[in-house]
Formats: sequence, structure tokens, C-alpha cells
Amino acid sequence: MSLEIILRSGLSTGTILLFAAIGEILTELSGVQNLGVEGMMLLGAMAAFKTSLLTGSPWLGLLAGIAAGGLLSLAHALVTIHFQADQVVSGLSLTFLGTGLALVLGEGLSGQNAPLIPNASIPLLSNIPILGRVFFSDLNVLVFLGYLLIPFSWWYINKTRPGMHLRAVGEKPAAADSLGINVYGVRYLYTFIGGCLAGLAGASISIAISPGWYSNLTTSGQGWIAVALVIFAQWNPLRAALGGYLFGMLRRFMLDLQGPMLIFGLRNPFFYNHNLVFFLQMMPFLLTIIALVWGSASARRQRIGAPGALAVPYIRGERR
Amino acid sequence: MSFSFARFIPYKLHIQKRTDEVSRWLPLATSVGAIVLAFLISALILLLIGGDPIRTFGYFFNAAFGSWGALSDVVVKATPLLLIGLGCGLAFRMRLWNIGAEGQFYIGAFFASLVPLVPLVNMETTPKFVILLIMGLLGMLGGGLYGLIPGWLKAKFQVSEIISTLMLNYVAVFFNNYWIYSKFSDAGFQMTPMFPKSAWLPRLADYARQVKAFSGITLHLGVVFGLVAAVIIWVIITRSRWGYEINLIGDNPQAARYAGIDISRNIILVFMLSGALAGLAGMSEVSGVVHRLQERISTNYGFSGVIVAWLSKLNPFATILVSFLFGALIVAGREIQPSGLYFFIQGMILFLVISSDVLLHYKIELVRAAPEERK
Repeated sequence: MSLEIILRSGLSTGTILLFAAIGEILTELSGVQNLGVEGMMLLGAMAAFKTSLLTGSPWLGLLAGIAAGGLLSLAHALVTIHFQADQVVSGLSLTFLGTGLALVLGEGLSGQNAPLIPNASIPLLSNIPILGRVFFSDLNVLVFLGYLLIPFSWWYINKTRPGMHLRAVGEKPAAADSLGINVYGVRYLYTFIGGCLAGLAGASISIAISPGWYSNLTTSGQGWIAVALVIFAQWNPLRAALGGYLFGMLRRFMLDLQGPMLIFGLRNPFFYNHNLVFFLQMMPFLLTIIALVWGSASARRQRIGAPGALAVPYIRGERR
Repeated sequence: MSFSFARFIPYKLHIQKRTDEVSRWLPLATSVGAIVLAFLISALILLLIGGDPIRTFGYFFNAAFGSWGALSDVVVKATPLLLIGLGCGLAFRMRLWNIGAEGQFYIGAFFASLVPLVPLVNMETTPKFVILLIMGLLGMLGGGLYGLIPGWLKAKFQVSEIISTLMLNYVAVFFNNYWIYSKFSDAGFQMTPMFPKSAWLPRLADYARQVKAFSGITLHLGVVFGLVAAVIIWVIITRSRWGYEINLIGDNPQAARYAGIDISRNIILVFMLSGALAGLAGMSEVSGVVHRLQERISTNYGFSGVIVAWLSKLNPFATILVSFLFGALIVAGREIQPSGLYFFIQGMILFLVISSDVLLHYKIELVRAAPEERK
């Protein structure tokens, strides 16, 4: 068990959560809640893996994964934005649809080896002592993409005009509409982008960070954890990234905890009784709940809430 | 509200809020239409991946309704869906998203299994109905307590119940696994020993000696729990003060608060009852079907129950019908390949039903766009 390995593994697996969570943040900021992240991720993972396998190009696979997540999210957009269906139910059915479609189309993919997105080192940065070795050398290319996405999405949301429009549509759609912002268009766009990022998250599992197709175990609930992360992060990409990385590190730590015979000079219970590992496996999910309790308490203290019009359909000219 | 593709097509979609009364057959028609359409789309997908939809669905139909045995299997599979669908439906009335029936089901099954496994009572001398009664009550207690957690977190800390119930689903499965792999493992296998017969819910097959036709029919008493629960829930929501409070909180929480209704208390109570029903489903499954505790006692009942509740528009009697339909889907689904098709059809049905609801609230017409709009 070494801190460096835990840290690096956290950066890798955290990247998956980071993509999905930032995507969901963008979607929710526009006032659309899409609970179908798990389904979009799984479909993205399948599409990426299958495309990479068939074409031999992991980059085409990556694109296919992104497109698959985005396309699926459009179904949610249509039903919730135009048909004003309940967003929770639509999101859930999206999870079923995505899962089902991924399992049907992914038949026979398990056990195969597809070409993968490679690891890389950043030329100059990786020479920095210690930090360079931990953060910038021999990590998957997508991890670096994640590094870029964090500041970019924060800047985009908070400092640019389209970002301001995005937040306006999520907070007060009627006011945004009267300023000439196309509320429906904005909601469609960010639901789609959220879907693309969920697809990217899925692809980064199957053809990059923990490669392979293991039917619905490929994502194993990470889509839901990403949704929880959004609430914990209070719709802030920086916090979402931090949460994602921490979560990744915890996962690795729990795995490593099973190895040694002694921990701090004490008999390691997880080594001697392997069944106790089930309790370790519960931890990510319990920690998510604890993070939510803590997150919602601190959100209330700082008066940060969900976007004002989250999960509320907008009907032009109708008073609410 | 209107939406225009006028630039590309000389027609536009005109969506207008309905002011007239919707005729009574329309909700039913849209639901049936949605289900039919879901099967058609699934057939299309099958065709695209090189399957034979007609043969597959023929097989599907046969596997579910082809014989008395198959039909009884359908009812057996519908039983947990009915109980879970009723519980979720009750919670949804209050706009509480209990997606945690899967976990409550597992914990209920675990609590009920403690009776024969520990054993809590003498399994030889205690009358069978007492054993089953204790198992049923413990199942409800387990599910209810497990529902209490997200309810309490929601009432006290405003933690999103969608996330907490989902996370607790995973926790429950690992918890269950711990016990079947360790203390209650049957000689190292990943399951507990078979329960003694006194812990089995009576089945029709048990009476095969008296009625020949019953031989091999696995239908068990659990379905009666489901039917009784449907009546009880119906009485609660239409005939009781509590049901009135639940409906009011769901429709207009503001008004409910002004009326002096304790919303936190109701959140917790409804979550517990919802969980208790899922727990009872767990008990009915281990005692009526599996006869032991093991991995995968649920084939996604918790999630299908959510769909069942929504499709039945939260009406307890409609829940009976819809759960029967989904029972058929499960029975047929385990026979057909690819296995994911079953999930897909479920998702598609739900998706189309909620989409079709727009027809109930809005009038949609395709009108020819005026020439000046066609630039």
C-alpha cells in the first residue's frame, strides 16, 4: 500500500466520475435533471468498446461512445422539454433503455480485447520532482483531458456569455426567455452535452481506464455515484473533480486494504476473514450517502441550492 | 406554444393545451398504444441485429401463457412486483422517489430468513402458520426499517431519496452476501441451507394429491398477500384521513403545510410502509419460491416495481394488472436471447407511456405552415 499508487489510481478512476459529473452539472444548470447517467454511461462504454474492436481504432471508439451517450440523452430531452414528462421517471427509464440497449448490442463482447486509448507522459511537466511523477507521467490520455476539462468548464460556466445564458435558463427560464435566449434550445444543447460527457465517461471505462466489457458490471453504479457527486459538489465543477478523485482514491485504498496481514501492527481483519470484504465493498455507497448528508447541510448553511428551475418544465407564456 | 421546422418542411407541429375534458378511454388507449409501440420498436431492434422478431415474440408469448404451469409462473413472478409496485406507488403519490425497493426486498428476505436459519423458534414443534406469520412480520419489519433510513435522511437532512435509496440497494446486496458466504453458508456454497418445510409458504402443488391438476403448479400464498395489500392501500388512499394527507402533500406541499400536516412525519411513515411492502415481497420470495437465502433472489424486482407503479398511474387495482403483464415479461424474458432485450422493452414501455401522457394534456396537430413562415 503506497500513497503514490493510491493517488495515481484515484486520478485515473476519478476521471470517469469527473466526466459524468461535469456533464450532469451542465445539464442540471440548464434546469434539466437527467438521472439516466448510468444508462448513458453503459451505452457509451459498449459503443466505444465495440467500435474500437471492429475498426481497430480506439479514437473512433471514443467518438462512438460520446455520440451514443449524446444520442440517448436526446430522448430524455425530447420527452422532458417538449412533452413535459416527469424528469425523474424519464431519467429512470433512460437508465433502463441504455442498459437494455447496451446489453442487446453488446452481446458476445465480453472476454474480447479491443485496442485501447494509450497512456502518455506530459513532456516537461513530468520532469518536475515527485509531482511530475505522480500527476503527469504514464497516465491515460483521458486523465489529462480531465485535467483540462475541470478549469475549462468552470471558466465556461462562470465567466462566459453562453455560460451566463445557461445559468439564467436554469434559474429563471421566463426571464431568460424575455431576454431573447432560446430556453428550449439551451436545454436541448446542455442535455446533449451532458449525455456526450456521460458517454465519454463510459468510454473511458471500457477502452481506457479499466478496460473490457463486463455487461452491466462495467459501470457498476458509477453513474449513480456521479449524480450524487453533483449534489455534493453543489453544481461546481471544481468540487465535482475533487470529489471524483477522492472517491477514486478511496476505492483503491479499500482494495489495498485487503492485502497486508498487519495494519498498524494489528491483525488485518480483512486479510484473515475474506468475507468481511463485503463490508469494504459497501463503503463507496455508504460514503456517498454520508457525503450527501454533509453536502446538503453545508449547502443550506451557505444558501447554495439547486438551480431554481431544476426539474421544472418551462412552458412559454404560462405562469407558475 | 408552437414548434417550427418551417424552414425545412412546410408543416409545423402545433401543441396546444387541452381545454376540453379528455375522454375517458384516452388514458387507457395511450397506455396500450405505448406498450404495443414498445414491442414494435423492440422487434425493429431485433431485426437490426439479425434476429427473428416474429419467432422471438411467438416464443415469448408461449413461454408466458402457453400452459397452466407457465401461467402460474407468471403469477409467481408478478407477486413481488405487485407488492413492490404498491409500495412505490404509495410513495410516488407523495412525490417520494423510493427507488430502493430492491434493497428493502433483500433486507426483508434476510430478516424473514432469520426465523428458520438461526432458528428463532423451534421449527419442528411450532405450528406452521405461526412460523409464517413471524417470518412475514419480520420481513415487513426489515424492509420497513431499511425504508426508514432514506425517509429519515430526507425528513431530517433533505438528502435526495433517489440517491440514498439507490446507494442502499448496493449496500443491501453486499450485506446479504456477507451472511450467505459466512455464518449461514451451506457448507461453503454461496447460499444458505434449504429451509425446513415448515417455513415454506403453501403452494398449490402441495395439494396435488387432492386435486390432480395442481401437480407441479408453483403458485404460492404470496399472491394473496399482494391482493390483500392492494385492497388495504386502496382503502388508505381513498378512504382514510392519512391517505388524504398523503395526496395533499403530493399535490400541493405548500397547502399541506398550511393545513398543519406534519410533512416530515409523513415522509418517514410512507417510506416505512413502502419499505415494509418490499420487505414482505422479499419474505414471500424466499419462503414461497427459493426456500433459501442466496444471491440474486431478485431479478431486478425493485426497479421493475418502480415501472409497474408508474404504469398503473399509482392506482392499486391497475397495479395488479400491470404487475401481471410484467410477470409475463420476466417469465418470457428469461427464455429469450439476447437477455438485455427484457430491460430494453421495460425501459421502452415506460418511456413511451410517459411520452404519451403529453396527449392527455396537450392537443398536438400537424398544420400547414403559413407561407410567410417558410423562409
